[in-house]
Amino acid sequence: MLLENYITSSCTIEYGAVFKDGEQLFENKGAGLPDFLLSVYQHFQLNYPKFYKMDNLSKLGWLAAEILLKGNFKKDQYQPEEIGLILANSNSSLDNDIKYFDSVKDIASPSLFVYTLPNIVIGEICIRNDFKGEHAFFIQDTFDADFIGQQVNYLLNRNILKTCICGWADVLQQDYKTALFLVEKQKNENSVLFSAGNMDNIFKP
Amino acid sequence: MSGIDKMRKPDVFVVADNVLSPLGKTTAENFGKLKENVSAVKQQHLPAISSPPFYASLFGKDEIFIKTDAPVYTKFERLLIASIENALQGSGIDTKDNKTVLIISSTKGNISLLENEQYHPELKKRIALSSSAKLIAEYFGFTRRPVIISNACVSGVVAMISGMRLLRSGQYENAVIAGADVISAFILSGFQSFQALSPQVCRPFDKLRNGLNLGEGAGTILLSTDEKYRKNIKVLGGSVSNDANHISGPSRTGQELSYAIRQSLHDADLSSGDIGFISAHGTATVYNDEMEARAIALSGLQSVPLNSLKGYYGHTLGAAGLIESIISLQSLKHGLVLPTLGFTECGVTKPVNVVASPLPTKANYFLKTASGFGGCNAAVVFGK
Repeated sequence: MLLENYITSSCTIEYGAVFKDGEQLFENKGAGLPDFLLSVYQHFQLNYPKFYKMDNLSKLGWLAAEILLKGNFKKDQYQPEEIGLILANSNSSLDNDIKYFDSVKDIASPSLFVYTLPNIVIGEICIRNDFKGEHAFFIQDTFDADFIGQQVNYLLNRNILKTCICGWADVLQQDYKTALFLVEKQKNENSVLFSAGNMDNIFKP
Repeated sequence: MSGIDKMRKPDVFVVADNVLSPLGKTTAENFGKLKENVSAVKQQHLPAISSPPFYASLFGKDEIFIKTDAPVYTKFERLLIASIENALQGSGIDTKDNKTVLIISSTKGNISLLENEQYHPELKKRIALSSSAKLIAEYFGFTRRPVIISNACVSGVVAMISGMRLLRSGQYENAVIAGADVISAFILSGFQSFQALSPQVCRPFDKLRNGLNLGEGAGTILLSTDEKYRKNIKVLGGSVSNDANHISGPSRTGQELSYAIRQSLHDADLSSGDIGFISAHGTATVYNDEMEARAIALSGLQSVPLNSLKGYYGHTLGAAGLIESIISLQSLKHGLVLPTLGFTECGVTKPVNVVASPLPTKANYFLKTASGFGGCNAAVVFGK
């Protein structure tokens, strides 16, 4: 018996463009990162006041998760503990760390300090969607699809999770990239096999 | 790979370990000091880090930890190298074997480098945890790409769970799991801005608890599936959950940590009655300890002896889960649960059995819990 899992949806955001399942849904080239992120939020008509308080890493990952889950994801068929997140990046929370430490020279800002951890983006996605399952944030110099795939398969194939969002969310100043994959046990009409090769194909710019 | 093979759960043995803290350079030195009730938390007068004095567990500023004076290694990396080197000594684990994986856990790694110079692109590379992991991997000759976990205050527990799973999956036979954090102005100012620091040695679960102390340290644990270690203590199960409630405040109910506790017991094929003692996170902040007590009660563990080691070490962040698990392994081996320094009167609404003085034990199993920013919770079970 082969245990196969499927990428039932994907979302990538980079170079001023948003893609879902390989299709470009939005473009705003030339804007600085904060303005670009706000334009994505507005374009998709999202309504979540906490968005404005987030650092750029959380905004980027949170937006990608919103777009990833929009439409065909049937959250109701899962318990909160059955949905998890495995994310990675290369710059941890350095983008916000620099901003936080600039604030220290004047008066240290608790609202910036709380974002000096990379896993806060996972927390923000969990709060928004009431996801309570397994999660982890890994640091990798480049996206390691083999490793991420193995982690997710372990959790799904042992029924620790029933579905998992995995992938990459990285921000440092004007450089940014996210690629999120929704991995489920059942295929749908758009799904591809959950494999390192298929993740890398979607990840590639 | 067949489904049945994937479900296999080979035993994962603890081969060796190390705690490197201001109390000592080996696990034995540390456990010896703890048995004498010595705390590393002291009032610190360090105007370079903080103008008001503060309580923390810190290394002396001239300690270099490893013999090499090569300037390439930062304090964070030196701590990790020293801790890993000591744990490896005589362990029989070959770091050059491609069945051996290195796992590094840290919350902030080399972030103190930001304090001394303006940010510039080369600094980004030096601060990146993957650069530190690469240096450490090269130092010991690891051949496989290191795994790095940065998941707030549960990092150390998640690193052990990840190591256990990588070994169970059969991809590796040995795991070298090390965590460290260094306390600098960056971290200290943040906890000060949150008003989370206690103006004295912290008092976990106590009625008068008023915040945490920070601490420096490193911990290393070596795991293996090699049957030659079959008489050793095992890591039996683990689980991670999220509160989905608030990024900087814990769950109001403790249900999510309780879920992780129950899942870790399930993974270990144990029930709550098997657990002999609990090494709690017990940071001594009002909200953490209250949430943890609720979670422990919800898991049916309210009468199980429980301690927090934060009064001895402070909160060592990415190393905490490792250091506190390794000390608890000593408790299991020596049949002695350490007290919770600073605890006199229970100050949580769900009474839990906080150990206030050294407690002889015949425990076969213990539970380690941790929680942190981002709503994360983790639990791991060890046993004979």
